[in-house]
Parts: sequence; C-alpha cells; structure tokens
Amino acid sequence: MSEYKMHMMVCGGTGCRASESDTIVEKMKKELEYRNLDEDVQVVITGCFGFCEKGPIVKMLPDNTFYTEVKPDNVTEIIDEHIIKGRKVQSLLYVDPNKGQAEPDSKHMDFYKKQIRIALRNCGFINPEVVDEYIAADGYEALGKVLADYTPEQTIDIIKQSGLRGRGGGGFPTGLKWQFAAQNEADKKYVVCNADEGDPGAFMDRSILEGDPHSVLEAMAICGYTMGSDEGIIYIRAEYPLAIERLHIAIKQAREYGLLGKNILGTGFDFDITLRYGAGAFVCGEETALIHSMEGLRGEPTVKPPFPAESGYNGKPTNVNNVETFANIPAIILKGAEWFSAIGTEKSKGTKVFALAGKINNVGLIEVPMGTTLREVIFEIGGGIKDGKKFKAVQTGGPSGGCLTEKHLDTPIDFDNLLAAGSMMGSGGMIVMDEDDCMVAMAKFYLEFTVEESCGKCAPCRIGNKRLHETLDKITEGKGTLHDLELLKNMSNVIKDTSLCGLGQTSPNPVLSMLEHFYDEFLGHVSDHKCEAGQCKSLLKYNIIEEECVGCTACARVCPVGCISGEKKEVHIIDQSICIKCGACMDKCKFNAIELI
Amino acid sequence: MIKLTIDNKVVEVEKGTTIFHAAKKLNIEIPILCYMNLEHLDIENKPGGCRICVVEVEGRRNLAPSCSTKADDGMVVRTNTMRVINARRTVMEFILSDHPKECLTCSKSGHCDLQDMAQKLGVREIPNETTCEMSSYRLDTSPSIIRNLDKCIMCRRCETMCNEVQTVGALSAINRGFEAAVGTAFEMNLEASTCTYCGQCVAVCPTAALTEVDHTPQVIRAIADPTKTVVVQTAPAVRAALGEEFGMDAGTLVTGEMVTALRGLGFDHVFDTDFAADLTIMEEGTELLGRLNAHLAGDKDVKLPILTSCCPGWVNFFETQFPDMKDIPSTARSPQQMFGPIAKTYFANKLGIKREDMVVVSIMPCLAKKYEAQRDEFKVDGNPDVDFSISTRELAHLIKQANMDLTTLEKSEFDQPMGESTGAGVIFGATGGVIEAAARTAYEVHTGKTLEKVDLKQLRGMEGIRAGSVDFDGLEVKIGIAHGLGNARKLLNDIREGKSHFHAIEIMACPGGCIGGGGQPLHHGDSEILQKRAAALYREDAGKPIRKSHENPAIKELYETFLGEPCGELSHELLHTHYFDRKRKRDIED
Amino acid sequence: MSETKIKLKEKDVAKIVEICGFFGNEPGELINVLHKCQGEFGYLPAEVQEVVSDNLNVALAKVYGVVTFYSFFTMKPKGKHPISICTGTACYVRGAENVMEEFEKELGIKQGETTADGKFSLSSLRCVGACGLAPVVLVGEKTYGRVAADGVKEILAEYEA
Repeated sequence: MSEYKMHMMVCGGTGCRASESDTIVEKMKKELEYRNLDEDVQVVITGCFGFCEKGPIVKMLPDNTFYTEVKPDNVTEIIDEHIIKGRKVQSLLYVDPNKGQAEPDSKHMDFYKKQIRIALRNCGFINPEVVDEYIAADGYEALGKVLADYTPEQTIDIIKQSGLRGRGGGGFPTGLKWQFAAQNEADKKYVVCNADEGDPGAFMDRSILEGDPHSVLEAMAICGYTMGSDEGIIYIRAEYPLAIERLHIAIKQAREYGLLGKNILGTGFDFDITLRYGAGAFVCGEETALIHSMEGLRGEPTVKPPFPAESGYNGKPTNVNNVETFANIPAIILKGAEWFSAIGTEKSKGTKVFALAGKINNVGLIEVPMGTTLREVIFEIGGGIKDGKKFKAVQTGGPSGGCLTEKHLDTPIDFDNLLAAGSMMGSGGMIVMDEDDCMVAMAKFYLEFTVEESCGKCAPCRIGNKRLHETLDKITEGKGTLHDLELLKNMSNVIKDTSLCGLGQTSPNPVLSMLEHFYDEFLGHVSDHKCEAGQCKSLLKYNIIEEECVGCTACARVCPVGCISGEKKEVHIIDQSICIKCGACMDKCKFNAIELI
Repeated sequence: MIKLTIDNKVVEVEKGTTIFHAAKKLNIEIPILCYMNLEHLDIENKPGGCRICVVEVEGRRNLAPSCSTKADDGMVVRTNTMRVINARRTVMEFILSDHPKECLTCSKSGHCDLQDMAQKLGVREIPNETTCEMSSYRLDTSPSIIRNLDKCIMCRRCETMCNEVQTVGALSAINRGFEAAVGTAFEMNLEASTCTYCGQCVAVCPTAALTEVDHTPQVIRAIADPTKTVVVQTAPAVRAALGEEFGMDAGTLVTGEMVTALRGLGFDHVFDTDFAADLTIMEEGTELLGRLNAHLAGDKDVKLPILTSCCPGWVNFFETQFPDMKDIPSTARSPQQMFGPIAKTYFANKLGIKREDMVVVSIMPCLAKKYEAQRDEFKVDGNPDVDFSISTRELAHLIKQANMDLTTLEKSEFDQPMGESTGAGVIFGATGGVIEAAARTAYEVHTGKTLEKVDLKQLRGMEGIRAGSVDFDGLEVKIGIAHGLGNARKLLNDIREGKSHFHAIEIMACPGGCIGGGGQPLHHGDSEILQKRAAALYREDAGKPIRKSHENPAIKELYETFLGEPCGELSHELLHTHYFDRKRKRDIED
Repeated sequence: MSETKIKLKEKDVAKIVEICGFFGNEPGELINVLHKCQGEFGYLPAEVQEVVSDNLNVALAKVYGVVTFYSFFTMKPKGKHPISICTGTACYVRGAENVMEEFEKELGIKQGETTADGKFSLSSLRCVGACGLAPVVLVGEKTYGRVAADGVKEILAEYEA
C-alpha cells in the first residue's frame, strides 16, 4: 500500500452497495484518472464497516476521515476539497446527535468507541480481494507459526485455553470440538465452515466473508492441521453472491501463494478448500442437516450421537464451525490464549459480533467484548431508540431466542446470562423493538418463520409449530381465549422437550419469553380484545368522531364494503361487523373525523 | 456390557443397545410409532420422527427418543413420568390434528398403529380441532395400491422399503415443513412412476396412507350373480399365512380349512394355483433346458442366464428399470396368468360355458398380481384371464364377514382337475422354491434319470443373494437366487457387466419370496414369522405324494388332451408373454 | 403436477448432461448440479429433473424431494423482473409486511406467483444483510432500501416501459 499517498476505502458491504457504493468507486477512479491522480490515490473496496445506518461509508487514509451517507455526486467534492486541498468535506462528516457537532474520526464516535474488533479486525481496513493486504495485516502468520512451532495437540490446547466458544449459536467450546475430531482416526477427515447464515436479521458471517475472507481460509487450514484433515469445505448460502465471489478470489490467491494446496509453506502439510452452496433451508444451520445437504440430500437433521466428529460428511470425522468462530482463530494463535481469555466474562471469552437492527438509531454490525450490557449496546453504541420512542424489548438469538426487557438492560451479555434470561446468544441478531411493536404479533412473526423453515421430519416441529402459529394468529385476530394461553404454554413446552433438532427445540422460545415478560399484553388481546401497540389490525376499530364529521359522504363512497351509512350533512356511522379495516375512509376524510381506536 | 437404571430397575445390556431395547429387556414396553426393525433385512427404520417413544434421561435437558438413543453406563431413565406422558399425549394430539378422522370407514381401522397408539395414550380430544389446518393431497388410485397422503404421518417406513430394500425409488420424502409427506416425483400417479406394486410399502404403513385396492366388493357381487361361474385359485404362500389373521401361530398350514372357507363363501370351483405352478415348471423348465442346451451347443445368440418370470413385481421392475435386458427373463407367464387362460379355455370347455360367464378370482399374497391381472396382454377381447386378484388380507376379511372362523373349520380338498398339484408347486411361495422345482423337473428331463434326493437344500435359505449348483449328471448347473429387488438389482448389474456366471437365476421381488408378499398378514418385521411360513411350505412339500411337477397327473392330462407339447404353439398363445420397455420416455424437440 | 409442461431441446439435454458430467455424475453433487441447471434454465422444470436423475443415477422421486425441500429451487419460471421483498426481522419490524401487501395489491398476484404477462414475479426473501436499509426490496439485481408502501408504485413504474 505504500506507494500511494492516500487511500480511499469505500465500503463494499451489501448495504452500502445497495446504496450505490459501486458507482462511487467507478466514478472516483474515473475522476482520479482524468486528473492524473490515480498514481497518488488508491481506491479500495472494503468489507463492511458496520455502520450500515449511515452508509455508504467512505474512509480516507491516512487521516482516518470518516465520511457517511456519501453519494456518487459527492465524488468531485471529495477530490477537490479533501484530496487536492486537504480540507475535510464538512457536509459528509458524521454528526454526533448528542453533542451536535461533527466527528471526523471514527475512533471517537460512540458507535465505535466501545467496540473491540477481533473477528471484524480487517473488515473495512483491507481490500478483501488482495491477498497481500491480508498478509500485510499479519495474515497467514498464524498458520505459519502453527505449522512451524506447534504440534496439533499444542494448537488445540491454545484454543482450549482461550475459552473460545462456538459463535454459531450453541456456544460449544471450540477447542474441545477440535479435540474430538482429532481423536477419531480415519483415512479422511473434513473441516467444514458453516456459512449458511439463516437467522433473519443477522449478517455478520456475510460481512466477514465479504470483508476478510482469508481469515476464514487461514483458520480452516489451522483446524485441518490439528485434526489431520486435508480438505476443507465452505457451505455457503447461494444468496450471497459477493461473498462467494470474494471467497473464490481468495482461494485462488491463497493457492498461488502456496498457502493452500499441496505442501503448504514447504512443511509437507496439504490442505485445500472448496465451496458448496446452500439452497435456502434455515435448518441446515444444524450440523447434521448441513452435512446431509452437502451430500446432496434433503437437509434433514439426524439424531446425535453419532456426532459429526465421529461420523460426518461421507461418514468421515468432520468438524463444523461457523464463520465468526473461525475468524477468531488466527488472532488467538498470534496474540495468545491469555490475551483472548482476558477479554469477556468468566465463561464467555472474547468478543461477539452483533447485528443491531430494528427500531434503533444506529443499525449496523458491531463487535463488543462479552459482558457488555444491553444498555451500552442499545443506548450508547446503538444511539438509542428511533424517533425518540420508548424502548420495549430486544430480541436476541433470532427465532430461536427470546426477548429481553427493561429489567435486563444491565445484564452483561454472555452465553450463560442470555440463557438464564430465557433467551440465547444465537448467531448474534439483535432486534430492538419499541412501544409500537405488539409482542403477540412479534411472536407470530417468528413462528411464521419457523413453520416455513421446519424440515418436517419430526411431528412436534412439523405440526406443533403450525398449531402454535395458528393459535397466535387467532389471538391477533381477536378470537383468542384464556384457554389458548394455556395451550400456547403447554404446546411450547412439549415442542421444546420433544423436537429432534435445535430448530424445534428452540422455536417456542420467542413465545415462552414473550408470554413471560408480556403476559398482560397477551391477556389484553384475549380478554379485552385490545392491542396496546396498535399493530393488530383486527383489534382496531375505525370510529367516526361525531363532532368532526360534516357529512360530506366521501368516506361512505370510498368504502369498498359499504359499511358506512349516513345522510348528506349528517353524522356518518361505521358498521363494525362489516368493516374490513382497510383504512380507506380515514385516508379519504379531509376533516380528520375518523380515528383508530 | 453396561448397566443402566430404567424406572428404578437396573438392567445390563451390551454397549450400543438403545434405551428402547434395554427397556424391553425389563419388560417395559415403551410405545413406538415410526420405529420399525426388520432384522432379516438388517434394516432399522428409526428416523426419530414421531417422538412418541420419548423418555426422561437424568441430566439431559430435553426428552430423548428411546428408539434411537443409545444407553450409556450409569444412565438413569424414566419412561413413565408425567412429563413424559404429557409430552407423548401432546405430540399425539399434534399428529391427530393433521390426520383425517374417518376411522369408521377407514380400511385400516382395527389394524391401524396410529389408532392403537391414540387409544393407548388416552387422547380424547384435539385442542382447537375445527380451526386446525390439515395438509391435503390428491388421492392416487392405481391398479394395486391407493395412496392417501392425508393420512401419512411421515414415519418414513415406506420410503425405507422402496429405496433401501427394494431400490425402486418411486417414493421419497417431498416438500418441507407442514407440507412434507412421502410421495412420488412431481406428485405423479404411482402408475406413471417406477413403482412395481411389490406392496412392501403397504405392508409396513402404520396407517391407511398406503393400502391395497380392495376388490372384495366385486368378488362378492360376482358370487352373488347366479349367471356367473366363479372359479377361485389360491397361491401357495397364502395357506402358510392366512391362519395368522385368525390368531393362529405363524407357520400354521391351513390349506384344508381355507378350501372349506372358500367353498363356504360360495365359489363354484375351488382350485389351486399350485396346479398352475406345476404348469409353469413345464413351460419355464423346458425353456431353460432349451436355452441351456443351445448354449452348450455353442449358439452365441442364446442368452444365459435365464431369469424366472413368475413374479409380477419383478417383471415390473425390469420393464421400468432394466428394459435393455427384457430378452433375458423366461417368457413363461406367472402361475396366476397361466391359471386364468387354462380355466377360461380348457376348463370352461369342459363345463360347456362361455368365457364371459366365467369369473376367475385369485387369492394372492401379492399386490402386483392385481396390476398383472389387468394388463392388456392378459385379456381376450377385453375380458381378462383373471378377473379379480385379492390379497391374503382381503380373503381373511371376507371369511370374517361370512361369520366363519378358520380355527374351527373342517379341512377339505381342492376340486379337480385344477386343484391337483405337487410338492414342487407348493414351494413356489418361498425364495428359492421356483428354481428348486424347476431343477427337479429339468434334471429328470435332461438326464433321463430319476432325481433321488428331491430336497435341493443348497437352494434354500433366507440370505438375500444365494448361489448354489445342481449336478445334472456331470453338468454343473449354476443357479443364483435373489429376493428383494435391491438384491435383484445387484445380480442384474452383474449380468449387464458380463460378470454373471449363472445359468439360471430366480428372482422374487419381496424379501422372503411370496411368503413375505405385500398382500400377506403384517409381519411387523419379525423375521421368525417369515421363516416359519417358509418351513410350513417345505413341510407341505415333504408330505405330498408327488413332488415333481412333470409327474402331476392333471398336468399330464392337460398336455395330452389340450396343449400338446410344452412350449408348443398353443402354449405360446396361452402361457407365454412378452415384455415392454416401460422406462419413462422423454419428449425432446430437435 | 401443476408445473408447466415443457419440451426440452436436444441442446438443452446436452447442456444438462454436460453439467452432470462436470460434477463427475456423482449423486452427492445433486445440489450443485441443480444450482447450475437453475442458473441455466432459470427454474427446474420436471423435464430437467428427469435428465439429472438419469445422469446422476438418483431416483427421480429423490431429486424432486430435494428440489421441493430447498426454497432456492423453483419449478415455476420467474417473471422478467423478479421482485423479492426481504422479510427478515429487521425489515419486518420496519414495515416489510405493508410493502408486500402493497405489491400484491398493485400487481394483483400473491407471493410466489408471476403476473399473467410474465413481467413480474413476487417472492419473499430471508435477510439479505442490508438491515440498515430496512425494509429492502430487490428487483432483479437492483436493491431498493427504506421502501415504504407508498413508494411501491414508483418502483414498478421504472419497469413499466
């Protein structure tokens, strides 16, 4: 990178690309060339910076200027002002909403201040399509170190001592998993990277693969060395074209540099990696289902044991880890187990990446030490609730997790605390809800997801979740009874207790936790037929305010079902038994005489 | 060995034993639904899908499926806590909430595993029953099998049979989630698929998702019609299993009682398919010898091995999956289809009645026979040689409907002439039996000598693929035997690759041969039952005064007075057939 | 069996055979083969599955079982402009449901359907990882962020020409 005087890092993450960051890059390159500046300034497409809310993000090096919400039209301004005249473009700087002043350096922004980036260490800092940049950032040093200095056993020990736990959801100790796979003797073993990210509202794996693909390749090779495997497979969602493209480039470059393939770094260790595509099945996040999918079968889970470490892909010992888990490995090797285990809580070491979304000001991808409180995440990093509304709950763990409320805000986030609070870490989705979100509708939303994604193999998940969803639907339609709440509870407990795999064993969690924390809201739906949040349409009533109605008949004319009656210049009335709650009358009324109650 | 505690009792089992089997050792019957163990096939169906067999294991967060969870040393298991019982009931409520409640008219009622289990678990109502969405599929009726997927509970037993055992591949789990079921490709009709109608899926289905087409109403009406002469034939394997439907021990021979029952039902002539089996040997044996001699004489055009052709499931199999090899099997029709034309010509002539006035009913251990009976090549001007083929199970239903109890009936004899048979005909019902019967006759025809040791035990057994040889006075005739279509596939692949060294091969579609047919009383995977049925057939063979087909006096008379020579002109018209390429055709544009 | 009946051309069959061959005609490569075939034909009609079944030696019912298991595979041709609405949680919370309803209303079709003229098809999609732009709509390759129900007409207008 040294020959250039300046670097312009443009976020190439999905969010920013959707806001035309591609065009920014093209235009910038063209303009630089036109002004003969292309020798001095390099334009680099990076992985996700995390601050998606304010995308597209452009960062200028070496002075670390952080431009937000950049548009293609701003390109000439950046060149004229920043590059040529050395002045920051004020209008593109992030403005701290609390202080009301511009903050040019990301280091000092609330969004980044509390973050520690291990898994995301290179995202936004290197060009993911150039292996030299990864190497310049100490890339592949961990692999070299392991191959040269450590036995497989020693390597596993380091991982064990680091306390790293699986980041895909289960939180199983990674070192132990590696050890099991290493202990099983076989003529062939496989290292599998689970990149079939399916949790609706989590996109950290994608961002790592798009922003720092080599870190995963390196970690897989290290894992292969420890367990005696020469073949790695990345099982990736087919809907991630950019991640796939960057992985292909990375694998090709790593092979050219002798970092993958035969006789890696001249040590005699062989390891190569190929890609397999998922085809849209959330259940394939479960490792036995994932393995069946890799074998060309329906992605149905099977009873464990046998665990994949014993009998996995093609019946051979297989170790499956998720992307974020792998991304931590090189850093742990280089900086040591002690360094890693000094971060986090007693039983959850290191950091965790969260995808912060929902009714929050700073939507984006963050990485914080385990033990950070929800309050810090939501109100400091996340910048609080959107539009000044009231915080209601936060769902962690996606459709497998539960919701946490006001009283959990000061709970340090780690695997065990989340479980104890009735939720779970999951892959790290964090959806913030405000007062306008109805918890019954929210539970229904998650169940709808589960019903769609259940593989159908076992009865409680296949049918039970359908019945849960139907019951929740009944409640949001205002037809629920007190007995239905009892049913919800029993069904949920039995589905959890009897389902074959993790999907069914956790699918009732949203229902159970929302029932627990928002029982009154459920009660309101079934006994008073009221939806406090105003989200359940069937429970709403359009009402004509007598005092305001002038009898213009506009509402009666627009009503598609003819449920509004009244003479001209007289107060109109809505027949609630016919009303379909389309809202057309309210849209039409010029006198604000129709209200929603 | 490991020790564990189940319901406060200690039990010692071998490592690898499941909790379910360990409990069984203590006489604790954990309820099961989807689980099925076919020991004789080394097939265990345990998808762990129904979750009825769950138990509590100390230290485990959730309940464990006992059918697929291995016992561990020191494990503490409880099979009957209220947590377990509530879970089982709730799961059963789930299953029933997506199952039609038409038990009153359901053909499986009274024999339905789901019904039994619902009763056992005491389910009396289904929460919110009226608002539960039910999965819904098109009813598929084929000549042999009816598929009513609305009743599928995803136990996957049929899928296991169709794919792992039979390698037919007509059925697979399809769709996902609530819509998941076991069905055909593109939800096509079975008739359009590679289904062979072997009926092994029907035999293991716990509900009425897969049932045989019921032909008993037509049979009842035919008997009730005074203008029709109704002739019945009973296949060898039926007599060795029918008793089970009346609570008798497996392997009880009920030949005489069955004949009495059939007469009691009002059949005008009660005949034996064994007679037609003897006839099959005459034709197939002659063809075998013809091909063998030509081959030995150096005729390169003659194809060996010759394959038996008396199993219609097997015929369907090679027509759909190995059409390139359709010249290899014998052209001899199956005994059922030899019986039909002889009854409607030779015997109808004797009675002096027209073909149209005779109705031929066959009692078969098989569902593929239903399909076979309605094949066009087995019809004369639209009139089938065999009008209705009903299964052993359907016959048992009929007998019960007529207030007869097989256990208390007198024995009686088959009618003449088509009730006359030899021991060779009887053993057709067990794997290896056809080729043994053929060898008995072929030996004597080929060598001109008497076969002293009639029992060719080297050809018997239950192994899926067997090889044996018979010394034809210096000529070693090599014989291969396969039962179960998965095993047949292996032998066929060998032939295709030119690796087969057999002169003749017997193939039966169903594991065990006809005794394990898709129309037989359900054996629930108990391989001992199959062995007992086979033993019964060999017992009947041993007790017969005549044990070689060519010595059957009624057969001799048939050739002398009607057919002429085996494989002669009339034989070819009435007793032989040809095969079709039934591989799915592709419609391609240039 | 409601899928469209099509006739494969000689060269289509050759293409499928080539794809299967590329993956060594290995049954375990079924999903990779289906991905490639869908890339080639846009969808996986029965006729394509039959050729795949023959070449990989996987029972046709099993091929169909796999195709109907994964939501990425489809047996129906998509519209010229396939519209996908992200229904991930972030988008849901920010009103994706209303956006979907509006598209359904405007196009007169439901999710999973294609308009009669073959121009648009409508489907939902799980989190595309652009939660900052929620709710997100994809039309073909183009992404629209922060879509509101009243912006639907405007998006469709872009493709009306």
